[in-house]
Amino acid sequence: MTTHPQLNKNGELQHLLSIEGLSKDMLRHILDTAESFAGVSEREVKKVPLLRGKTVCNLFFENSTRTRTTFEIAAKRLSADVVSLNVGNSSQSKGETILDTVDNLAAMHADMFVVRHSQSGAAHFIARHVAPHIHVINAGDGRHAHPTQGLLDMFTIRRYKPDMHNLRIAIVGDLLHSRVARSEIHALTTLGVPEVRVIAPKTLLPECVDRLGVQVYHDMAQGLKNVDVVMMLRLQHERMNGALLSSAQEYFKCYGLTPEKLALAKPDAIVMHPGPMNRGVEIDSAVADGAQSVILPQVTYGIAVRMAVMGILAGNTQ
Amino acid sequence: MKIRIKNGRVIDPKNNLDAVRDVFVAAGKIIAVGQPPADFQANQTLDASGQIVCPGLVDLSARLREPGHEYRATLESELRAAAAGGVTSLACPPDTDPVLDEPGLVEMLKHRAKLLNMGHVYPLGALTRQLHGKHLTEMCELAEAGCVGFSHATAPLTDTQVMRRAMQYASTFGYTVWLHPEDAYLAKDGVAHDGEVAARLGLAGIPSSAETIALATILTLAQDTGAKVHVCRISTGASVEMIRKARQQGLPVTCDIAANHLHLTERDIGFFDPQCRLQPPLRAQRDRDALREGLADGTVTAICSDHTPVDDDEKLAPFAESAPGASGLELLLPLTLKWANETSTPLSAALARITCEPAALLGINAGHLGIGACADVCVFAPEEYWKVERQSLRSQGKNTPFLGWELAGKIRATLVAGHLVHQA
Amino acid sequence: MQLPDAEHLVAALADKIKQLAAREPVALVGIHSGGAWLAERLHPMLTAETPLGALDISFYRDDFEQRGLHTQIKPSHIPFEVEGRHILLIDDVLYTGRTIRGAMNELFDYGRPAKITLAVLVDRGGREMPVEAQIVAAKLDLSPAQNLELLRDENGVFSFKLNEKN
Repeated sequence: MTTHPQLNKNGELQHLLSIEGLSKDMLRHILDTAESFAGVSEREVKKVPLLRGKTVCNLFFENSTRTRTTFEIAAKRLSADVVSLNVGNSSQSKGETILDTVDNLAAMHADMFVVRHSQSGAAHFIARHVAPHIHVINAGDGRHAHPTQGLLDMFTIRRYKPDMHNLRIAIVGDLLHSRVARSEIHALTTLGVPEVRVIAPKTLLPECVDRLGVQVYHDMAQGLKNVDVVMMLRLQHERMNGALLSSAQEYFKCYGLTPEKLALAKPDAIVMHPGPMNRGVEIDSAVADGAQSVILPQVTYGIAVRMAVMGILAGNTQ
Repeated sequence: MKIRIKNGRVIDPKNNLDAVRDVFVAAGKIIAVGQPPADFQANQTLDASGQIVCPGLVDLSARLREPGHEYRATLESELRAAAAGGVTSLACPPDTDPVLDEPGLVEMLKHRAKLLNMGHVYPLGALTRQLHGKHLTEMCELAEAGCVGFSHATAPLTDTQVMRRAMQYASTFGYTVWLHPEDAYLAKDGVAHDGEVAARLGLAGIPSSAETIALATILTLAQDTGAKVHVCRISTGASVEMIRKARQQGLPVTCDIAANHLHLTERDIGFFDPQCRLQPPLRAQRDRDALREGLADGTVTAICSDHTPVDDDEKLAPFAESAPGASGLELLLPLTLKWANETSTPLSAALARITCEPAALLGINAGHLGIGACADVCVFAPEEYWKVERQSLRSQGKNTPFLGWELAGKIRATLVAGHLVHQA
Repeated sequence: MQLPDAEHLVAALADKIKQLAAREPVALVGIHSGGAWLAERLHPMLTAETPLGALDISFYRDDFEQRGLHTQIKPSHIPFEVEGRHILLIDDVLYTGRTIRGAMNELFDYGRPAKITLAVLVDRGGREMPVEAQIVAAKLDLSPAQNLELLRDENGVFSFKLNEKN
């Protein structure tokens, strides 16, 4: 367990399981490669032959049409064959274990697994048990990590604010349950962003969150002051249960991003959201659709970033 | 059968003995230490030169998985593991299937163990029927069948009225109540210590307060009722402090820790290592240090193996979905020695925590080498290192966080009631 | 062995390209990195209005399986319609022909050019593909153990470097 589970024996990326543990150079390499792939999507033929003959298997133990679609498009633009499985609806309910499912797909000569699962560590678990030639990409595991989302967020920030060493960034919302936030925090601190703030009520912050290298705020007005980037998080409706929050209305009042609150940030601050948004819960439509929102570009860049990750992994062999 | 164990360094903490002596065994008893009795003709002589001869170990918690979980382990496989680990007496919690809440089940277990004749098994009876936390069990009947105390294992006992009455009832007859301090609400869905590692890995946390709140309830009710209470497997520094204070105030409360928690912390989870999925969870470094201090000053009475054989399929899942628990019978001695070595604790004091102290707690005549005592003896090579590997473990459960570790302390021979049950 | 002077060859290549560009409109596309440098140098010398593009063929390499993705990929940049145009593809050293194959494949993903002409500074022989350059500044005969590399210093001056593989 001492070896890093994402790297092969040459120290190259074998899997992408989390941002944590990746070097600044590695992150930059992925982002730079993504810049090249961004051009591909703007061409007449939006395809390169890099993964021709390879089979990418989207293995979604938890449904997510959006993320699955972006991975599908990314794989197809790399000329891979793509198989998408919503395992959540089929074999898992028949009592088949994760590994049985994975073994079956591996027997069909899949080369890459894109895995989404409701349990933290599921992608690590699969990566540890697959055949050595297979690459695993974590497309979200429980509350743990969503590294391609973290990367596409970095790509977006870099496009709008190229000097990452000079930024103040706030992440707002349900950090406790957010795999996106964990990946963003690791990516931002690794890339050298000097000030990363998190803003949330105490019930939605993990214990010891400050150890991740962030400054903790509970008051949105204070936390948003003079930031360059506001990264909103999605609030799941079920958080209204279990005594974490009182009501969606009160949450919006205290932590929803409105034009008035956004005015406290720098005038050229950008607003990001991993989607899907709950308008009127964590974000006001006027902000989501406003001039400072880069939420749709995030989606576009997501394809290039996922192409870069798949391209890099596929080229690294054990 | 007469056995002579010669030239070993005999450490018998209860009798304050630490010297090179010969030990003489006949008819299942220790008949002399030092000079041979007149006319002693050994049938068998064990040369323990350079080795340590100590009382057979007493383990306060080993799950033998019988009845009900034979796919995980059987009485025979686990008693073999005990013998290989030098453990000659062990208490087993009542969370079997069916639960140990009827005298017949306890008698059957005792009977099966007796037939195997490889170690003394001391069942703990269920405190409530089926461990559902509602109705008391027939404690007197169960005690008569062989239960040495009454436990709620790791099943939640949320109804404090039931807990108070269970303590009152048990104390009526002088029975000890064994409780795991864990608040069911605060621990709900949790799989790891609610700290830095859980925050990083996105694992649902169990805060330290889940343990201390439950412990405060237990201590308050123990004071109320005057019951003898044994607190099982504490894991936080705050718990050590609370028990220290309670004992200073004269409360008849004892506690133990698992050998795993003596060495490991939340950081050992690494990248979701399911071997470190334990109950209670591995906590922070400062908690581990406080447990060690508690052990040194006697607040913590005993180290137990918390042996919980888990089969491979149950560990083969993402962290939260993998079954908690680890095999430990064969690691109890080496892990105790490792702690003693790291903290410069005298061997005799360290061995007391796994021999006479837990024996006293169980109220059994074991864990010492006094003349006339049952000849449960452990002979080990203290400096000999061995690697913990799946194939080196006798237990049917091959899962432990210590796989791959090199540990000092190799068991050479184990005697149960004067006959050799393990030799290597 | 005596290497040719790179700047002399660039001048010779420029002359030939000027002649071509004077005859018909072309679009310059340099292949990263040496070809793109050359295209940048040659572009201002052409009087007619000529678009300039650059290709990084990393995504089209046929040795991806063996060598993986290059660590420093530059974005391909073709700021004009490829469809129906005469493309003047520029590279520094023509060797196996595999790079040119990749470049042509990539170009076709931007559109269907009317014509592709290949101009190179040095043709070093050793072809593994049926690819030839129409415009060549110099021919050299090198062994497979040798690797000819075009360098550009901070003042933009070109030179050659010969690496010997052991």
